[in-house]
Amino acid sequence: MARISITVDGVRYDDDVEPRTLLVYHLREQLGKVGTVVGCDTSNCGACTVLMSDPDGRLVGVKSCAVLAVQADGRQVVTIEGLAGPDNTLHPVQKAFHERHALQCGFCTPGMIMAAVDLLTDNPDPSDAQIREGLEGNLCRCTGYQNIVRAVRDAARDLREAGRSAAPAAPTPLAGEDETPDSGLPREQVPDEVIPQPVP
Amino acid sequence: MIPAAVEYTRPSTVDAAIEVLADEDAKVLAGGQSLIPLLRLRLSAPTVLVDLGALADLRGVRQDGDDLVIGAMTTYDAILRDPLVGRYAPLLAAATQTVGDRQVRHLGTIGGSLAHADPAGDLPAVSLALDATMEVTGASGTRSVPATEFFVDYLTTALAPGELLTAVRVPNNRVAQGWALVGVAALCRRDNGNIADIRVALANMAPTPVRATAVETALTGAQAHHTAIIPACDRAAEGTSPADDLSASAGYRRHLACVLTKRAITGCIAGYVDET
Repeated sequence: MARISITVDGVRYDDDVEPRTLLVYHLREQLGKVGTVVGCDTSNCGACTVLMSDPDGRLVGVKSCAVLAVQADGRQVVTIEGLAGPDNTLHPVQKAFHERHALQCGFCTPGMIMAAVDLLTDNPDPSDAQIREGLEGNLCRCTGYQNIVRAVRDAARDLREAGRSAAPAAPTPLAGEDETPDSGLPREQVPDEVIPQPVP
Repeated sequence: MIPAAVEYTRPSTVDAAIEVLADEDAKVLAGGQSLIPLLRLRLSAPTVLVDLGALADLRGVRQDGDDLVIGAMTTYDAILRDPLVGRYAPLLAAATQTVGDRQVRHLGTIGGSLAHADPAGDLPAVSLALDATMEVTGASGTRSVPATEFFVDYLTTALAPGELLTAVRVPNNRVAQGWALVGVAALCRRDNGNIADIRVALANMAPTPVRATAVETALTGAQAHHTAIIPACDRAAEGTSPADDLSASAGYRRHLACVLTKRAITGCIAGYVDET
């Protein structure tokens, strides 16, 4: 086992992990961050995309099924669950996906949104061709690409008009708890069986 | 699709990494973008992973005289952002842009790509066309291996157990283009309407990247004109042994080699030639 310390969505987690543990399974099964999904399991589809800090501290998109949890030791990770602001407002990319109905089954959406955030942080005013190329690492099996491109275009415009970067705001420890917009029932009323548990 | 159990170490010096790599079953973990998918499919089952992530000295691009020295742990993304690469090795920048996707380029490294030596990889062929030299460190010191001697066979390089690729040295070149089903990297130098010097390297046309020597011989000293270039390029597949697989037949790859060589040389002559 190896001891690792990763800051995920603003919260520091210290854990012992097996070196072979992939980051996506660490996030889901150890930390309960099930907003990040496993799609193809072959590092092609991008559904598991999260932001991770590089050695210079810059947050960049990575496929968490192609990263070992030990490689994320000492890094910052932002998942889809840490994207909404501390004041419970959706990130502009989340909002645009909602308004443009940029999803069909929704399975690719967490990765698609994180990849779009990564792209817009780098290029705040991409052409449609640059959006398509920027999202080439993410597949939508429903082929709902048209609205995804529209949503990213809208989000880029909204961000530019607001004069802000797409980079996520400082993550809040409340993310994933009872103050996020999709929190549903208060935690005490949630039946035990729907609360994600680490797989033994 | 979980990797098999494996030990893990993240050395803080190159010497410490080399010590662990003396074990034949140790495997270097650079960006992991080729290795981790292989571990998951259990096509690779090392006993220990040696993560180079803490070796800051292996990251970054610097100029050394006329050469560009690119640390083995420099990511594709960092290469694309580097002004020196854009200026002195535009071929490397152009080829790197087509590697994987944004996520892969954020983690994947040039050293990982070269040491992995996938015949379909873009950068091995690029390194061959650029006449790059691999800087290798082992227990007995450092040595330089030219790209022409580095790629030994399918997924096999001249690196011995206990040796580590630390950097790639690229001479100051001005060049053009790179693909994957078949890739062609070409470098031309023109002198008064004639081709003074030409090097053409092919990706995925043999178990290692190879030079299209028939084309090079036909065009060295020839007029830089389509009447000379087109017939010469029809010989691009001479002496190659491309794979016949699900992605493409060997015949189609030979055809592509000729077509892409024409495009690469034409592009080279048209826009990327340094005539000084």
